[in-house]
This record gives sequence, C-alpha cells and structure tokens, in this order.
Amino acid sequence: MSKAQTMIKRKSVSYSRWGYFFIAPFFLIYTIFSLFPLVSTFYNSFFENYRIGLTQVGPTFLGFDNYVKIFTESKIQDYALNTVLLWIMNFIPQITVSLLLAVWFSSSSMRLKGQQFFKTVIYMPNLIMAASFSMLFFALFSDGGPVNSILTSVNVITEPIRFLSRTDWTRTLISTMNFLMWFGNTTILLMAGIMGIDVSLFEAARIDGANARQTFVRITMPLLLPIFVFVLLTSMIGGLQLFDVPQILTNGNGSPDRTSMTLIMFLNKHLASRNFGLAGAVSVLIFFVTGGLSFIVYRVMMSRYSLKSNNQ
Amino acid sequence: MSNTTAIQRPRFLAGQKLISYIFLVFLSALCIFPFFIMVINATRFNADILKGFTIAPGEAFVQNFNSLFSDRNIPILRAMGNSVFIATCAAFLTTYFSAMTAYGIYMYRFKLRKVSYNFIMIVMMVPTQVAALGFFKMVIDLNLLDTYYPLIIPAIAAPVVFFFMLQYMQSVLPFEIVESARIDGANEFRTFNQIVMPILSPAVALQAIFSFVGNWNNYFMPALLINSKNKKTIPILIAQLRSADYMKFDMGKVYMLICIAIIPLVVIYLILSRHIIRGVTMGSVKG
Repeated sequence: MSKAQTMIKRKSVSYSRWGYFFIAPFFLIYTIFSLFPLVSTFYNSFFENYRIGLTQVGPTFLGFDNYVKIFTESKIQDYALNTVLLWIMNFIPQITVSLLLAVWFSSSSMRLKGQQFFKTVIYMPNLIMAASFSMLFFALFSDGGPVNSILTSVNVITEPIRFLSRTDWTRTLISTMNFLMWFGNTTILLMAGIMGIDVSLFEAARIDGANARQTFVRITMPLLLPIFVFVLLTSMIGGLQLFDVPQILTNGNGSPDRTSMTLIMFLNKHLASRNFGLAGAVSVLIFFVTGGLSFIVYRVMMSRYSLKSNNQ
Repeated sequence: MSNTTAIQRPRFLAGQKLISYIFLVFLSALCIFPFFIMVINATRFNADILKGFTIAPGEAFVQNFNSLFSDRNIPILRAMGNSVFIATCAAFLTTYFSAMTAYGIYMYRFKLRKVSYNFIMIVMMVPTQVAALGFFKMVIDLNLLDTYYPLIIPAIAAPVVFFFMLQYMQSVLPFEIVESARIDGANEFRTFNQIVMPILSPAVALQAIFSFVGNWNNYFMPALLINSKNKKTIPILIAQLRSADYMKFDMGKVYMLICIAIIPLVVIYLILSRHIIRGVTMGSVKG
C-alpha cells in the first residue's frame, strides 16, 4: 500500500461517522411516519374499535375475529377479485401495446418519424390527476353525456348506453383509464430496455437471416426479461393499490352492486368511518400480498443494482 | 431468390411503417380526445352541453369561468393555493433530504452503511396505504387532523427518490471533488450544500417535478385528513363535486373545474416533456 493510499484511508475513517448525520433525518422521519404506523396497524387489527354515532366501542382485544369478519361479513375476497380483474383488464392490453410500440420506436430499420411527439402525447395522461381524469370520464360517459350523444348522432346506437349502471362497462371504463394513464410510461421503460441491448446482436441476427418475429422471440424478449419482470411486478403492486379512479368514478360505492369496489376503496371506507379494527385487518392482508410481490421485485432489482463498495 | 427479397423488403417495410403510423395516430387521438371534449365543453353553455356534443367551441368560456370562481361552495382559488403550497413544500423536502441521505450512503463508509442501504431498498416497495390506518390514528392522537404537517413532513423520507439520487450520484459525482473540498477546509455539510447539490441539480429538478405532480394529484390521504372548506386541495374539490347531486350542476362549470385541475400541469409538462420523458427511465432502469 502506498503512502498516499494509506493517507486517504485514514482520512475516510475519520470522516465516516458523518454518514450518520446525513442519513439521520430520513431514518427519524421514516420511523415516526411509516414504521411506527405500520406496527400500529398490525396491533390495531386485533382489536374491536369503532364508533356508532357518538358511542365508542372498544378497543377490546379480539384475536383474529376481525380477519374472520372481513371474509364472512364483508366479502373481501370479492373485492380482491375485482381488483385483480381490473388489473388484468388493463395490464394485458397495456403490455401488448407497449411492447409493440417499444419495438417500433427502437427499430433501426423502421426509423419512425415524430417519435418525440408520439412519446410526449402517450406519456401525458400519466401526469394527469387521476381524480380529475375520472371525473372527466364520469361526465363524458354519463347517460346524457358527449359520448352517448356522439354515438347516437353517427347512428352506432339508437338508445343511450347507461355505461355506469352496467358492470361490464364500468369495469371497462376503469381499465381504459388505467391503460391510458400507464401505457406511455411502460412503453418508455421497455424502450429503454431494448435500447440497452447490444446492437451487434440484432446485426448478427439480421445477417443470419432472422425475420422480425424470430429476432423478437429469440433476442429481444430474453434480454428484455429482467425489465419485463420489473414492469410486470411494479404494475401488479400498483394495481393492488388501485383507488382514485374507481373511487371518483363510482363515488366510492363501487357501483353497480360493488362490482368495481377495490381493496383500497374498501380500506378507505373503514378508515373514513373510523372502524379501526376492520381497517387494520384489511391493511395487514394487503401488506402480506404486496410484501410477497415486493420481495420478488427486490430480488430482481438487487441482482441488477448493487451498491458500489470499492470506490478508490 | 435473394433478388426478390431485396425488392420485397422495402415494400414490406413501407407497409409496416404505414400500419405503425396509423396505430400511433389512433393511440394519440385516444389520449387527446377526452381532453379535447373537456376543453370544448368548458366553453359551452349548460343548456347546449345537455343538448348534445358539437365540435365547435361555444361562447360561454368567460361565463363558466366567472361562475366557477364566484361559487362559494367551490373555493377553487383557495384550493389551488393550498395544492401549490403542499406540493412545493413536499417537493423541496423530498429532493433535499433524499439527496442528503443518498450522499450519506454514497460518500461515507460507516459501520451501518450496508444495513441502512438494504433497509431503504426493502421498504421502498411497501405501499404507503398499508400503514395508512396507523398513520391516520397517529395524526388523530397528535391532534394534527386538518393541518398540513402530516401531508408535508413525511416527504423527507422517500425511498424511491433516494434510490434515484444514489443512482445519479454514482454516475456523476467523483470522490475527488469532495476530497479537494475537504483539503480546502470546507466542513461536510457545507461541501454537500455548496458543491454536491449544484452537481445534482438536474436530478433534483427532475425529482422535484415528479414529486410536485404526485403531491398535486394526491387524493387518498388528504381526503381523510382535511375537513375544513378553506384547507381543501383540488382533488378533494373534484371528489366533492362528484358526490354532490351532479345533475343539478351547471355542466359548463363542471368541465371548467376539471380544466383548471388539469391544464396547469399539462402546460408545465409540455414545456419540460423532453426532460421528463428522459427522466422516467433514469431511476428505474439503467438504459
């Protein structure tokens, strides 16, 4: 070890405790506003604790009764199913369209013009306030709204469609909004992934006479897999948290007949009515489902990003 | 054989290009169409809107605008001010402190470094809603209901922004710069504020935008915590409009309110779209 290196080493040792000061605010705030509430959520899920009018019931220790209740009395399994269905109805078209667009945008033989314009337009809905987007769809698809008016005037339909009174249409509208809000984002992520693939591989495939389909199946897809998995899982976790869009569209009822009620809408209902016991049980369930998925994401990501440990 | 493929290829490509342009135009139209109707209807009289849709804009823009801004039940100006205030504070805190945390992990080789890093990476994926109950109860117990503190302060601890900042530092911040600042006798916080932060400014600006947008759009927590009329944010007003007896409303006014909630962000986005789109990939995937 040279003298200079020893000096640097000694110096970095004397400086290293500064790190604690720099990370202290994060850990302090995280502990107070996230970690402690998480523990408290678990704790509260075992107690009966709600209000009827002005009378406070509980807190009384119940054990697992709240968990039994949300399955038997409230049918949380139905809401979980709605949530998953709404996610699938959005994700399958989303990933198909995004993959297609990503391949087109990054194709060197197609050289599409106006890419910046198209990317700007398709990413835009992602930044729009979900609440206002949903309110807009509510107005557009109401019984006497513009969509019915346009469809009637071009003779596609004779009677206005009552979009928001029908389960299939309500679910389709929610999925459509999510599709519009997220496909641009997914396209950009997948495109970056494709651009990251070594160009010489595509070149070699072309020389070997591979057609577009073969190139996609044999080269693009396998090498894109880590990013594809990342997109899939983050979308799943996001999908489980679906709230703003159906909440505003259905005014929090999950109408018609609770067929568009999602897990977080259900949680929100109990939070708003201050039924802390049931809200706790719902939260814990969501925690374990997302926790499982997150663990997979974590493993996938950690294999890609490791903290630089030797710097000098 | 090779001759025919050579001739067919450009033609095939031209056909594929045409299809892709048609599809792209269709998707773009789908993205723009709802906003197009929104803007048109915001300029029309309620009676006309109820009669049906026309492509031509109406003449009621000023009237709709005035009736929205003079409605005492919809304190729109106040709500915009509130939303801007919360989103700005949160964007400032989240970028500054995330950069600070990332710098701590990046620069210093302290004992708990690896543990701290792994901890933040693990909690990064825990959705905030699962702790919402505990958070809500704590806010009630601390008597902070109907205040902005619980909407702003937690922004200090943002694992995703931290991760982004760390990624960025690893690519742009050489240790030598910090070393030379030390030799010049600057203390560690001063080095961070005066030398490191300016180097990070592109990443800070980008994350500030994302954070601002996220907080501007945030509905779940504010709706639970904020009760008084004058403290409401834009998404709460929208939800309130939805839950009110909607048919009694002046539809021109409804479209105008949605416009006001959406347009400022669209304008900011169109100005900065190049940076924003490039930024989407920076944090999540190494291109």
